[in-house]
Amino acid sequence: MLSVQIRKQFRSNGAQSFVLEVAATFAPGFTVLFGPSGAGKSTLLDCIAGLQRPDSGEIRLGEKIYFAASRNLSLPPQRRELAYVFQSLALFPHLSVDQNIRYGLNKLPVSEQTERTNSIAKSFRIENLLSRRPAELSGGEKQRVALARALVTRPRVLLLDEPLTGLDSALRRSILEDLRAWNDANRIPILYVTHNREEVDAIGERVVTLVNGRVQESGAPRAVLDAPRSVELAHAAGFENVLPAIVVEHRPADGVMRVSLDHAACEIEIPLGDAEPGSEVRVAIRAGDILVATEPPHFLSARNILPGTITSLESRGTMVALRVKAGTDFQVHVTPGAVRALDLSPGLLVWLVIKTHSCHLVR
Amino acid sequence: MSAEALLLSLRLAATVAFLLLVLALPLAYGLAFSTWRGKFLLESVVALPLVLPPTVLGFYALVAMGPRGPLGKIWQSLFGHPLAFTFAGLVLASMLYSLPFAVQPLVASFESLDRRLLDASAVLGADRARTFFRVILPLAWPGVLTALVLSFAHTLGEFGVVLMVGGNLPGITRTVSIDIYDRVQALDYAAAHQTALLLLLVSFVVLSVVYGVNRRVWSPWPAK
Repeated sequence: MLSVQIRKQFRSNGAQSFVLEVAATFAPGFTVLFGPSGAGKSTLLDCIAGLQRPDSGEIRLGEKIYFAASRNLSLPPQRRELAYVFQSLALFPHLSVDQNIRYGLNKLPVSEQTERTNSIAKSFRIENLLSRRPAELSGGEKQRVALARALVTRPRVLLLDEPLTGLDSALRRSILEDLRAWNDANRIPILYVTHNREEVDAIGERVVTLVNGRVQESGAPRAVLDAPRSVELAHAAGFENVLPAIVVEHRPADGVMRVSLDHAACEIEIPLGDAEPGSEVRVAIRAGDILVATEPPHFLSARNILPGTITSLESRGTMVALRVKAGTDFQVHVTPGAVRALDLSPGLLVWLVIKTHSCHLVR
Repeated sequence: MSAEALLLSLRLAATVAFLLLVLALPLAYGLAFSTWRGKFLLESVVALPLVLPPTVLGFYALVAMGPRGPLGKIWQSLFGHPLAFTFAGLVLASMLYSLPFAVQPLVASFESLDRRLLDASAVLGADRARTFFRVILPLAWPGVLTALVLSFAHTLGEFGVVLMVGGNLPGITRTVSIDIYDRVQALDYAAAHQTALLLLLVSFVVLSVVYGVNRRVWSPWPAK
C-alpha cells in the first residue's frame, strides 16, 4: 500500500501560485490518475519518485518511508525501488535496447542481467529488437522497451505517465494486455496517468481524479467518469457539451428536475440532484449520447426532444461532429452513414433526442 | 619559420587542452546542474578571462607565480625550483586564460540534455557518477570535443599572457606568437609571414572541425 499525503506550492512570477495537495492511498493493482492537463498529475508522480520534493507531508510504501517532512527525510530516487515510465519515455538514445533494459540491473551478476533481460524482452515481445538503438524503433516498440526497462528492475511501485499516448488503439490494447498480465503476476501499486477514456475502461480498477492539484473523486471508473461532478473533469472525461443552466423546479415523484439552458432558451429534464431551484448549475452531455431525428419523433421514452437547426458539419474520420442550434448550441456526434441516410446538411431542421440519464449535473 | 617554437606551442596547447578538460568537466557540471544561488559569482569568475586584457591576467599570474607569490612559494617548496618563466608556469597561466573556452561549451551541452534522461537514470538506481559517465558524457560529446578544440586553438594563439609569464626563452617559453612578434621586430617579414599563415590555417581547420560537428555550441552563427 502506497500512501501519499503531501503539499507542494509552486510560485510562478506574477500569476497565481499552483498548489498540489494530495492525500490518497494506492493499493496494489492499477489506479488510474485522471484529470485535465495542468492538474498536477506528473508533479504528483515526480514527488512519489523523489524527483521533486514536497514542502510538507509524508510518502510511505508500507513501512518504508520515502519522504517525511517532519523528520526532514527524503529518500533519493535511487533508493526508492520504484519504476517510472515518463511520457517522453526517456530511452537512452546512445544505448541499444539491450543496454537500456540492463541499465538498472548493473549491480547484479552479468548472467542474471542477461536472464532477466531476455525474459522481460520475451514477455513484451521485443526480443528481436535487442540490438537496435531507440531511433530505429517505431512508437509502439519504444513504449514496449520503456516498459520493459522499468519492469525488469522488479520495482515495488510502478509509475506510468501516459505511457501509451500516440499509439493506435489496437497497439494500445495489445500493450495493455501485456501490462495486465504482468500486474496479475506482480501485485504492486501501479499509478497510471492518462487522458484516454479507452485506457481507463481497459485497465481501470480504480480512478482517482485530480483537478487543480487536488483529488476530487475516487472510485470505480464508471461511477467517477460517467457522472463527473466538476466542469474541468467533465471536459477531461470527454463531455463535449457542458452547458450553463438554472434549476427551474424539482419533480421528486418523477425522480427528475427541470433546468433551463442558456438564459431560458430551452428547458430539459435531468436526474434529480442536490441543487435548489433557482441555483446556477452546469449540465454535461456527451456528444455521442444525443440522437438526431429529421422528423418529430413520437412514442419514445426519452424525455428531452428539442427542435433545432444544423449549423455545421465536420468530418473526423469515423465520426461526424454536428453543431446544432436548439435553443443553445449542442455538439452532436453521428456516423458518416447516418449523415448519408438522413441527408444531414447545414440549415436542416432536426430534433435532438436526449435521455434524461445522459444529462449529468456538474458544479 | 621556427620549428622549435611551433612544436613548443603545440605541446603547450595539447597539455593545456587536456588538463583544462579535466578541470572544466566538474566545474561545468556544477554550473549546469547546481541550484546554488551564488552560482552567478562562479560564472563571472570563469568568464573573466574573456574580458580582461591578457596583460592584466598575465600580470597577476606573474605576481602569484613569482618567488614571493603564493603559487611560486608552494611550487618552490614542492619542486625546488621557481615557477615563473618555466613551461609549467606557462601551462598554469594558459589554463586560466583559456578556462571559459573549455567551460562554456561543456555547460551549454550539459544544459541542452533532456533532463528526463537524467531522471530516468536516477530512478533506475544509478548514482551521480554512473549517470555522469554513462549518460551525460556520451551524450555531451560534441561539447567535450568543442571544449578540447577551442581551448587548444585559443592557447595556440595566445600572446600577452605568454609574454608576461613566460618571457622569451627558446624551447621553454618561446611560442609561435612570440616568434612572430620577434621576426616582425627584426623586420624579417618573410619568416613572420610563414609562421602567421601556418597559424591561420591551423585555426581555420580547427574551427571547421568544431562547426562541422556541432554548431549550437559557442558559435556566432545561428543553428542549422
